[in-house]
Amino acid sequence: MSTKEAASTAPATTAAAKPDAKRPESKAIGMAFGDVWTYAPAPEARDHIKLQAKYDLFIGGKWKAPESKKYFDTISPSTEEKLAEIADASAKDVDLAVQAARTGYEKYWSKLRPLDRGKYLFRIARALQEKARELAIVETMDGGKPIKESRDVDVPLAAAHFFYYAGWADKLEHAFPGRNARALGVAGQVIPWNFPLLMAAWKLAPALAAGNTCVLKPAETTPLTALMLAQIIEEADLPPGVVNIVTGAGATGAALVGHPGVDKVAFTGSTDVGKKIQRALAGTQKKLTLELGGKAANIVFADAALDQAVEGIIGGIFFNQGHVCCAGSRLLVEEGIHEVLIRKLKDRMATIRLGDPLDKNTDIGAINSRMQLDKIRGLVAAGEAEGATRFSAPCVIPDRGYWFAPTLFTGVSQSHRIAREEIFGPVLSVLTFRTPEEAVEKANNTMYGLSAGIWTEKGAKSFWVAQRLRAGVIWANTFNKFDPSSPFGGYKESGFGREGGRQGLLAYLEVD
Amino acid sequence: MAAKNGGPKAEDSGKTAVADTESVRLTVRKAYKMYVGGAFIRSESGRTTQVAEAPGSASKENIPRASRKDGRDAVVAARAAWDGWSARTGYNRGQILYRLAEMLDARADELTKSLVRGGLDPKQAAVEVAATIDRVIAYSGWTDKYQSLFSSLNPVAGPHFNFTSPESMGVVAVVAPARPALLGLAGCILPIIASGNTVVVLASEADPRTSVTFSEALATSDLPGGVVNILTGPVGEVLPHLAKHMEIAALDLHGVDAAISKAAEEQGAGSVKRVRVRSLNEAEWFDAAATESPRWIERFVEMKTIWHPAGQ
Repeated sequence: MSTKEAASTAPATTAAAKPDAKRPESKAIGMAFGDVWTYAPAPEARDHIKLQAKYDLFIGGKWKAPESKKYFDTISPSTEEKLAEIADASAKDVDLAVQAARTGYEKYWSKLRPLDRGKYLFRIARALQEKARELAIVETMDGGKPIKESRDVDVPLAAAHFFYYAGWADKLEHAFPGRNARALGVAGQVIPWNFPLLMAAWKLAPALAAGNTCVLKPAETTPLTALMLAQIIEEADLPPGVVNIVTGAGATGAALVGHPGVDKVAFTGSTDVGKKIQRALAGTQKKLTLELGGKAANIVFADAALDQAVEGIIGGIFFNQGHVCCAGSRLLVEEGIHEVLIRKLKDRMATIRLGDPLDKNTDIGAINSRMQLDKIRGLVAAGEAEGATRFSAPCVIPDRGYWFAPTLFTGVSQSHRIAREEIFGPVLSVLTFRTPEEAVEKANNTMYGLSAGIWTEKGAKSFWVAQRLRAGVIWANTFNKFDPSSPFGGYKESGFGREGGRQGLLAYLEVD
Repeated sequence: MAAKNGGPKAEDSGKTAVADTESVRLTVRKAYKMYVGGAFIRSESGRTTQVAEAPGSASKENIPRASRKDGRDAVVAARAAWDGWSARTGYNRGQILYRLAEMLDARADELTKSLVRGGLDPKQAAVEVAATIDRVIAYSGWTDKYQSLFSSLNPVAGPHFNFTSPESMGVVAVVAPARPALLGLAGCILPIIASGNTVVVLASEADPRTSVTFSEALATSDLPGGVVNILTGPVGEVLPHLAKHMEIAALDLHGVDAAISKAAEEQGAGSVKRVRVRSLNEAEWFDAAATESPRWIERFVEMKTIWHPAGQ
C-alpha cells in the first residue's frame, strides 16, 4: 500500500495543519510516524501456488463431485478476483458424508489402537508445518488477512493444535481418571470464515483424538485451506471416512447439524445462528458445543503501563481486521487517563498500514466479504447517528476489494448499538469508568461473555477484577493470546463448551 | 379431613388411654407452603392443588399451585442470593451443607412419614431418607475439592502464566424427578449449589409435600435465603416461563415429559441456556458412585481461563 500512502502524505504535526480532504481528522494527531517513513512493497511471492480450477467434496477418502452438480466461486476479498470453483454440497451430499463418517468410525477409527490414532494426527501436524508457506499464502488470498498473521499465527497454531491433541489420543483414561471416557461417534462441525484453517484444526484435532470421526463444513467465503487440509489428510493415509469435508453455505450447514446420523454438533459462528442450531437440536439428545459472538471489554486502569496497554488495545481490536469473536471491541478507560490514552491510540492508529494482505508489512488486510463490509458500515453509521464521535485512521483505501479503515468511537454510551452489538470489524467503542466496581458492572453489561482484558500494574486488582468478569477468557496485561493447551470458550450467549486443553476433550467425550 | 385426625367423630377410633386424651384435642393441620427467598409463601395466585392425605385416604391436603409470577419472584430471589453464595469460600459452603445434613437427620422421622404418606412403604422410605442424608454429606465434602479436579495450569508455549478454573453459572432452573421425591430433589439440587449456583426447583408433582418438609430443613441449616427456592405445582405450567427467563443460565430437567422438555430446550435457546435433560430410573438415583461423581458438578460450572505475561 505504501506508495499510495506516501503520495497522500500530509503534515500533521500541529493543530494548525491544513485539513486534508482524505484525512479529515489528521490535525488531532500529535505524531506522524506513518507519514515519515514509507515502505517499499514487500509482497509474498505467490507464483508457486497452484490452485485447482475446481474443488470437489472430500467424502469417504475420495474427491467426489457434488450430487447437486452445483459449484460456487470463492474470491479474493482484496482483489475480487475469482480463485476457484467450490462444490456446493446438497443435503444428499451431506448424507453421503455422514454415512461415510459412520462407516469410518465403525470400521476403522474406533478399532484403531489409540496410539496409532495419535500417530495419524502427528502426521497431519507435520504436514501442516511442511506446507506452512503455501497454506499461509492461500489463507491470505482467500480470506484477506495479512500474511504476517496467517504465517505467524493461523498456520503455526493449527499445526500446534494437531500436535497437542495427537498426544492425548492414547491418554484419555488419564485425562478423566476413573470416569470411563468414551467417544461419541460422528461429529458434525461447522466453522467460520475468520480463521478458516485454525478453526478446522480446533474442531478436527480434539474430535479425532477422542476417537470420533468428522464431517466438517468450512465457511463458503473461505473454503480453500480446509480443502488443502483434506489433501494433507489424504496424503497422511487416514482411513476413509474418518474426516469428510463438505463445502457450501448455510443450507449445507443446516443439513449437517440436522442430520439424524450425527451424534455431536460443534459450531463456531454468530450467536444468531448458534441459537437456531440449539433450537433445531432440541429434543434430539445430540451433544452440542457452541462458540459464538462476543463484545469483549478491555479495561484500562489509570495505573496501567500505558504504552503496553496501547499495543494491547490496538492488537485487541485490529488483529485480523477485527474479525475475531474475542476482539476487545469495548474499551473501558478510567476517566483520568481518557484524554491521554485516546491521543496515544490515535497516534498509534496513524501508523497502521492497511492494504495488500500479501505484503509482509501490512497490518490490516481486506474485510472478508462484501456482506461483512456492509454490516460494518451499517453499525458505524448507527454509531454516528446515535451521537458517538468517530475517528478513522488516515489511510488510503485501495480501489478494488473490501476495506475498512481502523476506527474508534469516543463518547459511547452503554445503550449505543456500537457498545452492544458485535461489529466484527476494525471498530473500537470507547467508554469510561471511575471505580473498579463500575468497570466490572459495565464490562458485564452485555449478553456476551467470551473474553475480556485488564490493564493494571496492580496484581491484586487484576485478580479482583478477573474473578468478577463474566467471561471465559481473561487476558491480564496482554490480549488475543491463544494456545492449544489453553481452554477457550464463552459464558452466557457466547456459547458453551471449551476448545483447547484437557477441558477441550470433554466436548468430544462421554464421561461418567 | 376425616375422623382419624381428630375431627368431631374421633372418639369412635379411640382405643387407648392416650387416644382418649387426643380424642378431645383437635389436631393442628399444616398449611404447606413453597420456599422462596428464605420465606414460606403461598402462591401469589392464591391457587392450590390437592393431594391425598395418605395413600387411599379420602382426605385431601392443599398444596400451593405455583404461577408464572411465583416463578419470576423465585428467579429474583435466586439471582439476589447468587452474589453472596458464589462469593463464599468452598469451605464455608461445605459447612453449611453439612449443617443441612444435621438438620435432615434430626427430621428423619418426619421425612420418612412424609414419604410414607406420599405412597412409600416405611422401609423404603427410611432407606431413601438415609440415602438423602448421606448424599448431602457427600456433597458437603465436594464444595472445596472439585476445583482442584477441574482446574489446570496450562503449559502454553510462551512467556505466560495461564490457568483455568471453574466458576458458578448463576441461577439454574431444576425440575426434580417425580420419584424418588426426596433423594431426587436433594440429588439434583446439591451438585448445582455446591459450586455456588442458586436454584429454582419445581418439586415432584407425585409427592410435593415432602419437598416442603425438606425446605424446612433448608431454612434451619444456615443456607442463605434464596439459594434454594422450591415451587410446587404442575411442571408444565411454570417451566416454559423459566425456560424463557433471561436471568436463568441453565436448565436441569429430570424425567420431564418429552414434549414439554423439547419445548423448554427450544425456549432456552433464546438466551443460549445450558440444558441437561435426563431420566434416571429410581435405582439409578440410589447409585451413590454415579450420582456423587464430579461430573454432576462439572455440568453446571463455567471454566474461566486467565492469562498473564511473565516478564520484568
